[in-house]
Amino acid sequence: MTSNLKKATETLSDGPEWTFDLLEQYQEEIRRVAEYYRLDTYPNQIEIITSEQMLDAYSSVGMPINYHHWSFGKKFIESEQNYKRGYMGLAYEIVINSDPCISYLMEENTITMQALVIAHACYGHNSFFKNNYLFKTWTDASSIIDYLLFARSYIEECERKYGVEEVEEILDSCHALMNLGVDRYKRPQKISMFEEQKRQKEREEYLQSQVNQLWRTIPQKEQETKKKKIKFPAEPQENILYFFEKHAPLLAPWQRELLRIVRKVSQYFYPQKQTQVMNEGWASYWHYTILNHLFDEGLVTERFILEFLHSHTAVVYQPPYNHPGYSGINPYALGFAMFKDIRRICENPDEEDKRWFPEIAGKDWLDTLHYAMENFKDESFISQYLSPKVIREFKLFNLQDYEQNPMLEITSIHNEQGYQDIRQKLASQYNLSMLEPNIQITNVDVNGDRSLTLEYVPHNNIPLGETVPEMMRHIYRLWGFDVRLMEKRENGRCVELAKCPPEKKEADD
Amino acid sequence: MAHFIDRRLNGKNKSAVNRQRFLRRYKSQIKKAVADSISKRSVTDTESSENISIPSRDIKEPIFHQGKGGDRDRVLPGNDQFSPGDKIKRPQGGGQGSGSGEASDSGEGQDDFNFSISMDEYLNLLFDDLELPNLQKTDAKKEVEWETFRSGYKAEGIPTNIDIVRSLRGAQARRIALTAAKKRKLKELEEELDSLNKDKDADKALKTEILHQIEDLQYRIKKVPFIDTFDLRYRNYDKRPIPSSNAVMFCLMDVSGSMDQATKEMAKRFYILLYQFLNRSYENIEVVFIRHHTQAKEVDEQEFFYSQETGGTIVSSALHLMDEIVSSRYPASQWNIYAAQASDGDNWADDSPKCGKLLREKILNYTRYYSYIEITNRSHQTLWHEYESIDSEYENFAMKNIKQASDIYPIFREFFKKQVSSKS
Repeated sequence: MTSNLKKATETLSDGPEWTFDLLEQYQEEIRRVAEYYRLDTYPNQIEIITSEQMLDAYSSVGMPINYHHWSFGKKFIESEQNYKRGYMGLAYEIVINSDPCISYLMEENTITMQALVIAHACYGHNSFFKNNYLFKTWTDASSIIDYLLFARSYIEECERKYGVEEVEEILDSCHALMNLGVDRYKRPQKISMFEEQKRQKEREEYLQSQVNQLWRTIPQKEQETKKKKIKFPAEPQENILYFFEKHAPLLAPWQRELLRIVRKVSQYFYPQKQTQVMNEGWASYWHYTILNHLFDEGLVTERFILEFLHSHTAVVYQPPYNHPGYSGINPYALGFAMFKDIRRICENPDEEDKRWFPEIAGKDWLDTLHYAMENFKDESFISQYLSPKVIREFKLFNLQDYEQNPMLEITSIHNEQGYQDIRQKLASQYNLSMLEPNIQITNVDVNGDRSLTLEYVPHNNIPLGETVPEMMRHIYRLWGFDVRLMEKRENGRCVELAKCPPEKKEADD
Repeated sequence: MAHFIDRRLNGKNKSAVNRQRFLRRYKSQIKKAVADSISKRSVTDTESSENISIPSRDIKEPIFHQGKGGDRDRVLPGNDQFSPGDKIKRPQGGGQGSGSGEASDSGEGQDDFNFSISMDEYLNLLFDDLELPNLQKTDAKKEVEWETFRSGYKAEGIPTNIDIVRSLRGAQARRIALTAAKKRKLKELEEELDSLNKDKDADKALKTEILHQIEDLQYRIKKVPFIDTFDLRYRNYDKRPIPSSNAVMFCLMDVSGSMDQATKEMAKRFYILLYQFLNRSYENIEVVFIRHHTQAKEVDEQEFFYSQETGGTIVSSALHLMDEIVSSRYPASQWNIYAAQASDGDNWADDSPKCGKLLREKILNYTRYYSYIEITNRSHQTLWHEYESIDSEYENFAMKNIKQASDIYPIFREFFKKQVSSKS
C-alpha cells in the first residue's frame, strides 16, 4: 500500500477543539481514503447535537422522529438518570440507516473523536447499511424517515379521534408482540412510504371486507361452508402481528393500521439485530484502517493517532468471562478481530489458514472483505470465517449447561479438537431463532368459538419465561376471543401452557 | 457527499411528551410514592425536585422470552484454567447461569425504578383531586388590577404598534385595485403595438399614438404609491379588569414548654402543605404566624418554628390576636381567610370554653376553613372536647389527631378532598 500513499506536506490540526471548517477537512480526507478502499455509501448527513439531544435520541430508539409512547418516556427517564448519576456514558454517535444516512455527533467530542466517529459511522456503518444483503432485502433506507413521519401523524390522529388510552392499549400489546411481527423466511416487499399513505385508506376498507368474509355468520351456499371446515390457517403462522392485522375479528381498521406500523418498525430493525458483530466489526475495522492510513500519509499528528488508539482499544476490548465488567461477547471486539484476521489470512496465510480457509488464503483482501460484509449475517459470518487464531486470541471455551446434569461441563476449549465445535456453538449463539422463542399460530376455530391456538416449540427444552400470563392478556386483547398457548414437547405431545381468559377454563374443557 | 448540520440549537425536549405519557400512565404508583415521600421530605425543602421510586415490576414491558432451564451451550471468552471435560458447580441462585445475556433485562430481582420529578409535577400529583373548601371569590374592591390584551386592529396609533404584515397586505390590495384596469389596458396596447411592429406597412401615426398611450399608462401605474398612510394598520390593545383573589393564612401554634421540636416539625409540615396548596389556588397569599403560650404574639417564620419558649398555655390568646389582626388588616369581605392551628392539646382547663366561644361567635363566621390538628399520643384534653362540639356544628371547621409524621399527608388529603360537604 505504501506506494499509494500520498505524502502530506502539512498535517491537519489535532484540536482538541473542533470547528466546522476542520470537520469539513477531516471529512474530506476520510471520504477520499474510504473511496480508495471502495466503501460505497449513501450520502452523509452529519448532525452535531448536544448531550441532552443525544438523550432524546436514545429514548426514541435512535430515530430522529417517532410516535409518542410512554415506554419511550420511561427509556428517556432511565437514560437521563443513569447519565446524570454517571452510571453510563453516552455513545459517541448514533447512526441511522436512512438515505441520506444521518449520523449524530456529540458536541463535546474532541476533533479526534469526531474523526473517529465520522470514519466509523458515516463510512463504516453507512457502507454496511447500503451493501449488506439483509439490509438490502429488509429495509428501505430512502423511505424510513417518511414512514415514521406518516406513522407519527397517523397515530396522533388516532389519539385525537379515539383517545390516548385506547391507542396506548393497542400499542402496548403490539410492542409486546413486536419480536413476533417479522417474517423470518419470506422476503418482504418494499413499498415507498408515500404510496403507503395513499394506499392506507384503500387497504383499510379492503382489509375489513376480507375479515368480514372470514367471519361471516350468515350461511352461504352449502359447498362453501364445507370448504371452511378446512384448517385455518392452512400453515402455522410465525408473523403473529401480520396475522392479527389481516384476520383478527374484532379490530377496527385504525387498530389494524397500528399493528402494521409496529410491524413495519420491527421489520426495519430486524437486520440490525442479526448483524451486530458484523456491523460493529466492519465499522471498527474501517475507522481503524482509515485513520491509520491518514497517519501513514502524514496527514494527522502523533497526538491525534495516540488519542485515537486509546479510544479504539477501549472500544474493542474483550473482558474475560470472570471479569467484573464482563457482559457477554463484545461485538466490536469480535467483529474487529475477525475482519482484521480475514485480511491477514488473505495477505499472510500460514499453514493452518491454508488448511482452514483454502478459498480465501492468498486472495485479494479487499475483495474478500467486501464479499464477507455483503453476503453474511452474524451467524453465517462466524460459522464461515471464525478462525482458530481468533479463537485462541479470545481464549474461547464452551460451557455446557444441561438441565438434567448436576454439574456444568466444559466441552471444548481453544485447542485443535475444539475449534470446530466452538465455531459452530458461537455461531448458533447468534442465531435469532434460537434466542427468541419459536411461537406460531397453528389453529383458529373459524366455525366454532373463534378461539386461537398458539404453539410454542421449545429449543433444547428451554421453557418459556415467566411473562406468559401477561403476554396472553396482550394477545387476547388483540384477538378478542379465547387464546390458548400449547407447548410441543419432545415426544410430540402438546401440553396446554396457558389460556386467556383463564377462568373459563373448566367450562370450556 | 456529506454535509454538516448544526442541530445544537434545536429543541432539546423532544421527549417531553413521552415523559408526560409515562407519568400519566403510572400516576397511581407515582402518587403513592409521592405520598410516602412527604413524610420523609425535609421541611425546608419546598423548592427542589422530588426523587420518586416505583417498583420496576410494575412498569416492565413484557415480551415472550426464554425462561430458566433447558439445555444450553455458552461460548465464553478468556479461558484461564479449563480443560475439556472439566466440571464445575452450578452457580447458586436458581440452578443455572442467567441464560443468554440478553434475557437478563427481563429477569426478576431488579431495583426500583428511580427518577426525579420537578416541583410542579410533584405538587400536581400531591394535590391531585384536592379542592379548596368553600371557595368563593371575595370582593376585589380594594385593588382592581387590569390586564392588557390584544383586540383587533385600528387605523391610528403609535409607530411601535404598526402591524407590518397587515399594513403591507392592505397596501398590496390597494395597489391591485388601483392599477388592475390600467394594467389590462396596457397589455392590450402592447399586444397591439406588437402586431403593428410586425406589420411592415403599419400606420406610423397610430404607432406613436399607441406609444404615447403606453407611456402615459406606465406613468400612471408608477404613480400609485407603494404604501400610503391610508394603508397603515396598528395593533389595538384593550384593558380589562382581572378578578384577584387574595388569601391570608393564619398559622397558630402552641409553643409552650410542652411542645418539643419534633412536634413543631410535624406542625410545620402541615403548614407547608397548606401553604403550597393555597398557593396554587390564589395568586396573592399572605401568611400570618401567631405563636402563643400564655400570651400570643405575631412573629416571623423563623421565630415561629425555632424559638424556644416555656410556660403554660392559653389558647384563647392566640384566637384573640387573630381576630384583632383580621379586623385591622384583613377585612373578610376582601380576603379569603384560612386558619390552621396546631397544638399538643394542652390548655388551661377553663380557657377551653373561651376558645369555643371565640370561634363560634367570631372566627368561624369569617374564615373559609379552620383546621385544627392535635399532635399527641396522649388522651385528649379539654380543648379537644370543646372543639369536637364545634366540629359537629360548623361546616368550615375540621379537626384531626396526628400521631406521627406519616399521618400528616393522609390527614391533609382528608381535609381537602373534593367532596368536602360529606362531613361526619
